[in-house]
Amino acid sequence: MLLAGGTWLMSDPQPGATGFVDLTTLGWPDLEVTPEGLRIGATCTIARLVAWAGGPEVPPEWSAAELAVDAVHSLLAGPGVWATATVGGNVCRAYAAGALISFAVALDGVAHVWTADGGEVRLPVAQLITGDGTTCLRRGDVLRAVELPAAALRSRARLHRIALAELGRAAAVVTGRVDDDGTAVFGITAATTVPAVLRFPVLPGPEDLAEAVAGAAGYYTDPLGPEDWRRGVSVVLAERARAELAA
Amino acid sequence: MRFTVDGVPTDAEPRPGQCLRTLLREQGRTQVKRGCDSGDCGACTVLLDGEAVRSCLVPAVRVEARTVTTAAGLGPDGGLHPVQEELATGFGFQCGFCTPGMAVTASTLAPDDLPDLDRRMKGNLCRCTGYRPVREAVRAGVLRAAGCPGRAAPGAPSAPGSAAAPGSAVVGGVGTSQVPGPACRLVRGEEPFTSDAPLPSDAARAAEGTLVLRVLGSPHPHARITGLDTSAALEVPGVIAVLTHHDAPARRFSTGRHEHRTDDPDDTRVLDDVVRHVGQRVAAVVAETAAAAEAGCRALRVEYEVLPAVFDPERARQPGAPLLHPDRTPADRVDDASRNVVLSLRQRHGGDVEAALAASDVVVGGTWQTARVIHAQMETHGAVGWLDDGGRLVVRASTQVPFLVRDELAHLFDLPRDRVRVLTARVGGGFGGKQEMLAEDLVALAVLATGRPVAYEFSRTEEFERSAVRHPMRVSVRLGATREGRLTAARLEVLSDAGAYGNHSRGTLFHACADSLSLYRVPVTSVDAQAVYTNTLPSGAFRGYGLGQVVLGLESAMDQLALALDLDPFELRRINAVREGDPLHEDDLVWGSYGLDQCLDLAQAALHRGREAPLDLPAAGDWRIGEGMAVAMLATMAPFGHAAHTTAALRPDGTVLLRAGTVEFGNGTTTVLRQIAASALEVPVARVELQHADTDLVVHDTGAFASAGITVAGKAVHAACLALRGRVRAAVGLGDSADGGGAVELAPEGAVVGGRVVPWSALVPAEGLEATGAELGEVRSLAFNVHAVRVAVDVETGVVRVLQSVQAADAGTVLNPAQCRGQVEGGAAQGYGSALYEEVLVEDGRVLNPAFRTYRVPQFADVPETEVLFASTSDVLGPFGAKSMSESPYNPVAPAVGNAVARALGVRGFEQPFSRDRVWRLARTVPPRR
Repeated sequence: MLLAGGTWLMSDPQPGATGFVDLTTLGWPDLEVTPEGLRIGATCTIARLVAWAGGPEVPPEWSAAELAVDAVHSLLAGPGVWATATVGGNVCRAYAAGALISFAVALDGVAHVWTADGGEVRLPVAQLITGDGTTCLRRGDVLRAVELPAAALRSRARLHRIALAELGRAAAVVTGRVDDDGTAVFGITAATTVPAVLRFPVLPGPEDLAEAVAGAAGYYTDPLGPEDWRRGVSVVLAERARAELAA
Repeated sequence: MRFTVDGVPTDAEPRPGQCLRTLLREQGRTQVKRGCDSGDCGACTVLLDGEAVRSCLVPAVRVEARTVTTAAGLGPDGGLHPVQEELATGFGFQCGFCTPGMAVTASTLAPDDLPDLDRRMKGNLCRCTGYRPVREAVRAGVLRAAGCPGRAAPGAPSAPGSAAAPGSAVVGGVGTSQVPGPACRLVRGEEPFTSDAPLPSDAARAAEGTLVLRVLGSPHPHARITGLDTSAALEVPGVIAVLTHHDAPARRFSTGRHEHRTDDPDDTRVLDDVVRHVGQRVAAVVAETAAAAEAGCRALRVEYEVLPAVFDPERARQPGAPLLHPDRTPADRVDDASRNVVLSLRQRHGGDVEAALAASDVVVGGTWQTARVIHAQMETHGAVGWLDDGGRLVVRASTQVPFLVRDELAHLFDLPRDRVRVLTARVGGGFGGKQEMLAEDLVALAVLATGRPVAYEFSRTEEFERSAVRHPMRVSVRLGATREGRLTAARLEVLSDAGAYGNHSRGTLFHACADSLSLYRVPVTSVDAQAVYTNTLPSGAFRGYGLGQVVLGLESAMDQLALALDLDPFELRRINAVREGDPLHEDDLVWGSYGLDQCLDLAQAALHRGREAPLDLPAAGDWRIGEGMAVAMLATMAPFGHAAHTTAALRPDGTVLLRAGTVEFGNGTTTVLRQIAASALEVPVARVELQHADTDLVVHDTGAFASAGITVAGKAVHAACLALRGRVRAAVGLGDSADGGGAVELAPEGAVVGGRVVPWSALVPAEGLEATGAELGEVRSLAFNVHAVRVAVDVETGVVRVLQSVQAADAGTVLNPAQCRGQVEGGAAQGYGSALYEEVLVEDGRVLNPAFRTYRVPQFADVPETEVLFASTSDVLGPFGAKSMSESPYNPVAPAVGNAVARALGVRGFEQPFSRDRVWRLARTVPPRR
């Protein structure tokens, strides 16, 4: 089995495992800032990302980088886990409540995958996720990095989340952003089994947004919240993000 | 692999897949605690190169050449880190199991982090304290560590209440906030819990190592085991034995333990050939290592005949429902096995309740449903057993009731009681869940089968599969009243879900119906209650013992009545509550004291003061404000007797040794017992030592449940100390009366009589001067709690914020104000957990959320600070006028919250928890403000 931070693998009995390949020994760079955007190595720890996003190394025009801080705080796991857990691990574990998925989807993140046959592919993180806990990765595929385009990083972006307890595991995360060209993108994660991405040519009005959010596919029920509430509060969170972006 | 632990170079070879926590514990670093295995509780937190990590999530191989710091290595030169000092002296722990991890996380914080403590500390769960004292200690410790002033007087506990206790002149005597003895060891993780202490030197075959026991659970909610092939499991290297129903005693028992074993149904076998809930033990594998035992479990081949199952208690009691225990009879304490009914309770008082309701000016009511709630003690259930060198069975268990476990093991395995010894180390939280024998019976079976030491420690998942939960109850209430608000009639119907076994189902139902309705003067009452088996995780004892569930219905109905009559809810209680001198509902109850009137006044005044505070609400949201309150009453002991036998001995060096049977699991009893002795003997508490929780120490002790620490064990210690004073008097020739004759002082160097010092060496024989004391719990008093809250409810999302939380408690004389405040705060915190968040979800008999990441034990952010106010009363029964105050604070919280939410929204919810999704659905009917 492939081991990144290991915070999920170690947290659950793995009686079928016969061996681990520890990806953290490969020496992948954590964070690479390029003209195209931000490349986050899959083995970059969550602690490293959040420290960077809240620190002085962030290019000043990347106002959306701060969304990483909100996303990481959305995790049920606290700082004691961030030190070990990785960005790639959170994405590949693919839980609907995966906060780094929320972050990547919000900013049109692209997954850079080394395929088992030695090739490589790039696809949107939103498409990598195929269900609550499943991805389209095949056995032997490795997520190498998540790449965030500079245009999205320059956007104004907001993240709102809710859980059944104040800092509990997320039941709904809604992100919204407005790019330089005025287009708006809203992402729904945690509330739906796969990320929902809603695109608008301009920031929509409350009714249009509510209709789009309520109409998204994949709202579901599990111990983190029932389907009807998740749908209802996603509409509310989206409107809160919209109102902030409109201000 | 080489690494450094607390400054000590260490060499250890990690096994494949091993986590750092297990490696450290195997190295004897038992200060690193195991709470959940999944990084959700924080008990195993250590520093790795200075950074706080969950050691259960870190692959052990990664620490090569790195530096690990545990709670025992945080302070300079083997001392305490400032955070640890503050936790230790500021009552920042109760059981102390989470504390080392809490201290490690907090040690990494800087003053800048303090405004964000809720998030910085969210990964460290505490089930006992409600976090207020932890928050204060962390704040003060972090500031001091950064060189800033901490609090004005470091560690000075803020003593609430005004009860001036007799004997407070004694250093550390009753009435003072004496710090628990093991505080400094606990914050370093060095006070051993059940699985931490090494085997004693008299354990037979200890050199061969302790075997590990693991359990295979049933995948079916109801099935007969038709085949069990153990051959492949026995071939797994390291497996020593496989235990099945063929090896288990035929005798049936109940995991629920009481003074009288006949209080509970005999419906359980150690291992049965019928499984009645998912997760029930099918077989146990005993092996040299945990990995071998787990591999052995996987190698077991089991054939099942799947039987029809029933999950809903209403359906379970209908004709034709699948029967769980068809062969049990009333002689086994199962009232009607042909209807799955464990207990059927019918009580009528004062006439025809329907006629009385019909004649009432106003009638209110409804049907409330409560959820399954789990104790979530940070230390899971577990036991270690061995044979001592005399061949006697010894079990060290995480239990609240060592003597009752000893008695039942003797009964099950046909051993004389003196061939079984049960003891505890410090127990990491109980809350009633360890008034069950859930691990000890299997450990005993395995020790007797193998002759070797055996350990069985529940995983967190097992807690959700095969421990016990609070009884879910459906509670229907109808109340009638006059226009002036005087109650005329009350009808109560309760349906309690026992789960698959009847442990505590009878006791909780009796208790729930008795101490609830009898709080009020009602001329006509009617009670119909049943506890019913279903094919689900068993329900059991839990703080408040069934009362919280019925109190939810009654106190919510009282709120409906107040609304219907436009009466203040406090006033409605004043009109109807029992008063001192009223006839009492059970023969062994007396009015030892009465403080409900004060509690109502205190809570109401505090709630009104809170109205002046500015509202601090997020800008987003459509917030509605509501106030709610509720009352609960609890007898100060369990009925039918609760015994404690104790000894107090003066030793030739002038120190005092107490022996008691009762258990310490964060209840604070061991601290208070020493304080009682100090005051009774008028010696500083430092001269008093206590040995406890071992069946070898005293004749008998019913155990630490029903809030008996002070009212039973404390009373027995008090009696022993008074008797000891008498013996000292006799020894110096003053006669043996405890209070007659001239004064004698127990000075460090000897007895002081009339200015003359008689050295202890001249008075006390080598074996000590000993006296005994006993309390049998034949007469009980009543304690009261009033909880009041102000909440804000966001109509848009269902979020409930507690803006103010107050609890007034009638604890009699408060013997240790800081500890007693902690019990009220902790009870309130658990009350908030089950009022707003906690729910074990079951679908077709399967638990859907068997982990802390999906079962919401309140975090730092989830528990409001509760202002605790004590009534000023003194009880005629309790030692120094004290009453019990451990369980009862839980009971009024959920109805107070429910009432506040109902008043905020103008619409009432009938399902607990009042979770965000449920409140949101309720609020859908509320017109938006904008």
